[in-house]
Amino acid sequence: MTTTTDAQIGQKSQGILKLERRRRITMGILFLAAAVFIWLVFATDVEPGVETRFMMNPGGGSAEAADWVFPSLLYLNMIAGILSLLGAFQIIRGFGKYTYGVLALVAILFIFGFLTWATAGGQTNLAGLLRVMVVRAVPLTLGAMSGILCERGGIINIAIEGMMLTSAFISTVFASLFNSLIVGLLAGIIAGGLMGLIHGWLSIKYKVNQIISGTVINIFATGITSYLSSRYIQKVEFQYLNEPGMFPQINVPVLSKIPFIGPILFSHNMYVFAMFFFVILLTFMLFKTRWGLRLRSVGEHPKAADTLGINVHRTQYMAVILGGMMAGFGGTYFSLGSSGRFDEVMTAGRGFIGLAAMIFGNWHPVGSMGAGLLFGFFDSLSAKASLLQVPIPSEFIGMAPYLATIIVLAGVIGRGHAPAAEGEPYEKE
Amino acid sequence: MAPVLELRGITKRFPGVLANDHIDLTVEKGEIHALLGENGAGKTTLMNILYGLYHPDEGEIFVNGQKLDVHSPIDAIKSGVGMVHQHFMLVPVFTVTENVMLGEEYVKAGGVLDRTKAANKIREISNIYKLDINPDAYISDIPVGMQQRVEIIKLLFREANILIMDEPTAVLTPQEVEELFKIMHTMIEQGKSIIFITHKLGEVMDIADRITVIRGGKVVGSTTPAESDLNDLASMMVGRDVNLEVEKSESVPGEVVFEVENLKVLDSVGALAVNDMSFKVHAGEVLGIAGVQGNGQTELVRAITGLLQAVDGDVRLCGHNITHLSPRKITEIGSAHIPEDRQKDGLVLGFPITDNLVLNTYYLEPNSKSIWMDQKSINENGKKLVESFDIRTPSPFVPARNLSGGNQQKVIVAREFSRPIKFLVASQPTRGLDVGSIEFIHKRLIEKRDDGCAILLVSTELDEIMQLSDRIAVVYRGKLLDILDAKNATKEIVGLLMAGIIPSEEEKQKLLAKKKQILIT
Repeated sequence: MTTTTDAQIGQKSQGILKLERRRRITMGILFLAAAVFIWLVFATDVEPGVETRFMMNPGGGSAEAADWVFPSLLYLNMIAGILSLLGAFQIIRGFGKYTYGVLALVAILFIFGFLTWATAGGQTNLAGLLRVMVVRAVPLTLGAMSGILCERGGIINIAIEGMMLTSAFISTVFASLFNSLIVGLLAGIIAGGLMGLIHGWLSIKYKVNQIISGTVINIFATGITSYLSSRYIQKVEFQYLNEPGMFPQINVPVLSKIPFIGPILFSHNMYVFAMFFFVILLTFMLFKTRWGLRLRSVGEHPKAADTLGINVHRTQYMAVILGGMMAGFGGTYFSLGSSGRFDEVMTAGRGFIGLAAMIFGNWHPVGSMGAGLLFGFFDSLSAKASLLQVPIPSEFIGMAPYLATIIVLAGVIGRGHAPAAEGEPYEKE
Repeated sequence: MAPVLELRGITKRFPGVLANDHIDLTVEKGEIHALLGENGAGKTTLMNILYGLYHPDEGEIFVNGQKLDVHSPIDAIKSGVGMVHQHFMLVPVFTVTENVMLGEEYVKAGGVLDRTKAANKIREISNIYKLDINPDAYISDIPVGMQQRVEIIKLLFREANILIMDEPTAVLTPQEVEELFKIMHTMIEQGKSIIFITHKLGEVMDIADRITVIRGGKVVGSTTPAESDLNDLASMMVGRDVNLEVEKSESVPGEVVFEVENLKVLDSVGALAVNDMSFKVHAGEVLGIAGVQGNGQTELVRAITGLLQAVDGDVRLCGHNITHLSPRKITEIGSAHIPEDRQKDGLVLGFPITDNLVLNTYYLEPNSKSIWMDQKSINENGKKLVESFDIRTPSPFVPARNLSGGNQQKVIVAREFSRPIKFLVASQPTRGLDVGSIEFIHKRLIEKRDDGCAILLVSTELDEIMQLSDRIAVVYRGKLLDILDAKNATKEIVGLLMAGIIPSEEEKQKLLAKKKQILIT
């Protein structure tokens, strides 16, 4: 009775098609709304003949790349035109599997429109803005990848913040004591791995609610590092424990010489390169290898994995320890890669935002890095907002990415797929 | 030659229960061995022991004459034992290939998956056993019958020789069951052996070479289809004589009590689960809704009981339009509901039986006076109902959690029947129950019908639908394909409709004639 099965598949995909159609149209309307917004808010505010000037060197000088100067109104109209074309195409035909790529393009165009408007009649250092974006994205992306490692194995990890903070502290002390950045880095990674192990013990062996376990770790980490910091390493007599030094900037030969792109992407300390490396590595490991298939099966359907002879608990321990090590590595960025010392609660919520980047990025390393870059951009922008001629307080610009996250999570674009079994302790009998 | 599989004296105790009591079982090469028993008889426990998911307290397992120590499924898989679980063990977001090779992956250097090679192997197996599987499809996109074939491929991929199939027909249409039986025969021809776990007598007679009956954790007998008949098997399985037919008189339908018109309901992901359904239920009749699980029945029931908002259409009860009323209002008009998931939607498991018996009347006199509950009245009510509905419990004050499935269901039936009702929605009223409880509940439903109550029976058990209904409506992918008079319906006709195939008048007549012929002979 093969006709039956064919008919069933046909029927089923019809239901899915309807759902996809609705998503497609919602997305198209979103694109059109962006276009209309640019026309109504930005374009009407700009006088004809006014020019926008973007500086293309992070340093501010114009030695390597010339400034980019263009008429503001024309470009705004062009951007809005492209957005409405994309929106119309999306509503009528849809971009299919390229939809998310097009969404990213729309976001970039919209932000570009915003900058054009904000800079109209003045100048903005575009290269500097983007360079800071990449830097700010590092801890968020590394945090997100810590989350991905744990959650793909079914363990929710909201302790990324605490793991990062602890690792920042430990790495500072060890690097100072041994006068070696590498020792500090390793100590930080090990500290993160140990905290992952603790999270694993609590949530796998003792089946503590994973949110509670993570919260406990966060509170503990904040308390202990703040205490040790204010009691010891911030004091003058212990100053030698808080002088770890910093990883130096690496200028990649040839690539860093490319105008505009070079300074933005190829002239950083090792953390930026490590971020790109880990994103590629983790994507490959998760989706192309046996290791990744097994890890994901445990996060999706642990019982199925168990019946096929996969050791669920061992896999989960491995996931949280690796996730902890990733958070530990991210934590050392704060001390060894960014400020060269430890300060109380210096992670300032970046671990949590990393978690948001993970969700925004649909539990995928590449998507999470995209989210990390988006958040990093607004971070960078809000720091510079006072230099822009816009009547928006910098705090509001800082809020924008999180508003976007809420909208995405509320399902306008379609809910992401969280690992199905995350947060549920697996019991054999 | 030693038998392929031999279990000797397998015993397993759970706290308070002897799940398996010295069970012996022998399976010969190339046979389909049916393990027959009621829900809760200990069949699944036994097979989980064989598969290494549980550890037996006593007993030994021999495969091909070799003693086998199973500590985990890996040991079972290595010795050639494989299991198709009742609830499929498939990852919905993985492809067929990924699911099949999980745990036994084909890899290139460095642990990189070799999907192409695995997919080719799956195609090969699929051709040998005529399974018709696309290795690149995602599990979430393929129908249940095909998912089951993926489970079978998983075992064949691991070269299992002994296949355990746990209630494999529960989720299938009658035609899919036939397909499955064909596949099972092909597997036997290829030299495999099958243990077929079921509580459905008819299927055992159709396919088994040998039958072992389990009751209360013990083997009560062993036979073959040739040496026994349905009634023998039923009484062996239940331990007393059972009447397989439900006794009921011709229905006397009255006026229309309940009516659904052009109803549309969305499911949790926003897809149209109920697509333009219309039907009427008269006083004093049972309208059965037949269909394979997941064809919109759940959403239909939730919409007409007020638990889910319909997006379009009307629901009318006794002249009131109840489409957008709250569940309490609908209940007060005279509707009762036996929900599909009794533990989640039917009872508060932590509450005592007495409180569970007043969940829909606790705020009314005499259970409450102004804002105060009258515990004495509630307790009286509880004691009375426990007695009249034969709810087996040490006391009416124990938590509902401690009752067996059958007694939990009786609590729900007692609660819903203890007040005057005009309309009853019974969704899967006997799922997972023992034969005694099934008989009890069927009898009560027919009594209610004869009292003039309109009953909407939703069931995926075709036998139950055929036994109780006066008219049968068949749903498929959210649509109501046809409403048949029970007199003009046969299992084959309903089965075709359940698979989405609408038979022509001619075909219907032919199938109906066949049924009459069988009845005469």
